Amino acid sequence: MTVEILARVQFAFTAAIHYLYPPLSIGLGIMLVMMEGLWLKTGNPLFHNMARFWTRIFALTFAIGVATGIVMEFEFGTNWATYSRFVGDIFGSALAAEGIFAFFLESGFLALLLFGWNRVGPRMHFFATCMVAFGAHFSAVWIVVANSWMQTPAGYHLETMSGELLAPDHIVTPADLTTVRAVVDDFWAMVFNPSTIDRLTHVVLGAWMAGAFLVVSISAFYLLRNRHLDFAKASLKVGLGFAAVASILQMISADFTAKGVVRNQPIKLAAIEGVYETVPRTPMTLFGCVNPDTGTVFGPKIPGLLSWLAWGSIDRPVVGLRQLPSDAFLRAHHPEAAQGEMPAIRKSYWPNVPLVFQFYHAMIIVGVAMLVLVIVACLFWWRGWLFDTSLPLTRWLLAALVFSVLGPQIANQAGWFTAEMGRQPWIVYELLKTSDSLSRVVTANQVTTSLVLFGLVYALLFAMFVFLLTRKIQHGPDPEEDSKEMPESWKALIRTTPRA
Amino acid sequence: MMLPDLNIIWYILVGVLFTGYAMLDGFDLGVGALQLFVRKDEHRRMFLNSIGPVWDGNEVWLVTGGGALFAAFPQAYATVFSGFYLPFMLLLCSLIFRAVAIEFRSKEDWTWWRQFWDVAFSAGSLVSSLLIGVAMGNIVRGIPLDADHEFAGTFLGLLNPYSLLMGITTVLLFAMHGAIYLTMKTEGELLEIVSGWVPRLIGFFLASYFLFNLYTLVEVPWVLETVRARPYVFLVVAANVLIVLNIPREIHKGREFHAFLSSCTAMVLMMATFGLTYFPNMVLSSPEIANSLTIYNAASTQKTLGIMLIIALIGVPLVLAYTASIYWVFRGKTTLTKSSY
Repeated sequence: MTVEILARVQFAFTAAIHYLYPPLSIGLGIMLVMMEGLWLKTGNPLFHNMARFWTRIFALTFAIGVATGIVMEFEFGTNWATYSRFVGDIFGSALAAEGIFAFFLESGFLALLLFGWNRVGPRMHFFATCMVAFGAHFSAVWIVVANSWMQTPAGYHLETMSGELLAPDHIVTPADLTTVRAVVDDFWAMVFNPSTIDRLTHVVLGAWMAGAFLVVSISAFYLLRNRHLDFAKASLKVGLGFAAVASILQMISADFTAKGVVRNQPIKLAAIEGVYETVPRTPMTLFGCVNPDTGTVFGPKIPGLLSWLAWGSIDRPVVGLRQLPSDAFLRAHHPEAAQGEMPAIRKSYWPNVPLVFQFYHAMIIVGVAMLVLVIVACLFWWRGWLFDTSLPLTRWLLAALVFSVLGPQIANQAGWFTAEMGRQPWIVYELLKTSDSLSRVVTANQVTTSLVLFGLVYALLFAMFVFLLTRKIQHGPDPEEDSKEMPESWKALIRTTPRA
Repeated sequence: MMLPDLNIIWYILVGVLFTGYAMLDGFDLGVGALQLFVRKDEHRRMFLNSIGPVWDGNEVWLVTGGGALFAAFPQAYATVFSGFYLPFMLLLCSLIFRAVAIEFRSKEDWTWWRQFWDVAFSAGSLVSSLLIGVAMGNIVRGIPLDADHEFAGTFLGLLNPYSLLMGITTVLLFAMHGAIYLTMKTEGELLEIVSGWVPRLIGFFLASYFLFNLYTLVEVPWVLETVRARPYVFLVVAANVLIVLNIPREIHKGREFHAFLSSCTAMVLMMATFGLTYFPNMVLSSPEIANSLTIYNAASTQKTLGIMLIIALIGVPLVLAYTASIYWVFRGKTTLTKSSY
């Protein structure tokens, strides 16, 4: 395999494993804030006891998130040195800001969250929990800013290393890469590039869903097993309520995000929807498969739906891949090419259509399934059936909720694969190609070695994580944690109790 | 009005971040390296919990240092990280292993489980310290760069005796620093054990440090020339030796906190020695000195350095404030409770 493929596989693998954890930290972080907040507000010890149990789950996910996260920061330099040289002036500041604003906040207050119960009062502890959750969100902000800049670059210009300005339409060639770089000219235009807000909202809601459904899943498990009932009911209520809000908002955010892709990255949109021909009343394929040789998509379609979702009008067509990228773009990038070569050259600017089509549709299908599930569960709750485990229907629903934890994880992963593979062959959209961004001094053997190394370490790590998480769930909250009373042993530890 | 030179400011700031990392993660890497030297489970738990609330934050100094290097000196970041490919991959794996070992170890009671994670914690800490030292050694010695500032050496070339000696010196430095930290955190039987280690570790470290300095004068000719031109570096080195010798004195008087502060100061002085001698280089090229990366040809634009300075001016005081408050909240001897590791 080529270094490019190996380096991409390595980045995808380490990022995918890493991304199992931060959404849980972000989502569970918010859940912890709600639980402790409810405790401070109502004085009901049940909420305090709940927060204690979920803090331990939180600690487990957080530690692995940090450990796997350091890798990501190193990999830009180790595997993508040419990219780092080219965009360091812009991309580096977002990463540095993440470290200095978000990571220190998170890790500092995490100490109080995990070990501070008997060292600070409940208000201070609540404040620490808020800061950890805030830090986790803030880190999402900076990393999504950095990634969105790669999707929709803004607020920069190209110049030579010696500082000579280049024309805005300068086309970067591989020969340029030792002498040309992108530099920031408007920091806030870079931060708030055209896709930042949409994508940040989408990512954060995905993380909220990951945390909420983890709480829902574990609570449903206890209800089915008839264990820790008070604890499970209260946790399920908090988790389900939050999951419902996040799932509904996520649908709205998905619509905004897709509309942004239509405008900013039309090739990506055409690829993920499998649109080859430009036709009025562009249909949307619900699921199916793409034949890249013929440019056809097999599967049930709703006529005009894609046009309506993209433009708000069923008559306006969504531009298909046969017209993308535009002729003007191709002529500018390949002035030497003969007209007959254009179709093949055009294809080289498309991502892997069958694959991104599947990732994107997996995300949509799972997302809709989560929404349906959460609505059904809320109906059961409203009718008073949700906790009545003698009903067969309730048992089926709870069983589905136990497995619901996988849903957001699958959708989050599939979404990132759509976003990143859909941007190919570009690493920075229509500016720098992935194949030109590798480290010049790193060989395929070196990448293979490190890939095997990470494969082994991450496999072990993931197995251990699943094992310990299952053990923690099996063990459940301590007997004193699932009661409605504040345990005697903790009363002494809490210096002051909140007003009831 | 003379505008301050942003490149120099960022040379100092990146230095401050990496010094913070060495000073803080240094002691928890050191505690890790010493973990297997105590046998009792209770003692090993004390070791883990002494760093429990803070190791995570300490590692953030590395992440932020890396981020700042990327932002301020992208050329240096790209050259070093791609050039040191395999050593850095090993460093990452070691750091991962020790981080999860801390989290996993005490979750189960089985002897084999705890033994496995103790070894992972200790080996991970040891290998991390060694590799950080080896990387540092290569930077001091200079690495071969081509005209495009790309690394032109080999993996085995990085494992030269000089850099390995720097690696061993770093392991001993962190172990000494960790042991001194432990004297603040432990009491009774364990304190006696740990206090017994301190003088020996100081001896080992100083021996290695002298050897390393001698070797530097032989192996790295430019150092002597630079130091001749900047004689104040001698003062810093002398202060460094004095402050290390002050450590046993403070321990003897039972002032563990002062001993720890001395050890921290020693780290700062060592980094200062390096920074003052190395300036204005970021990555020295050897033998082709003309291909070196300096704080000028490796840097981002003045605009980015300015933006980053604003970010740092807002961020650093906050970071110092909550780092200090966390250390204050968790001051004093470590005790094992229900929420401990």
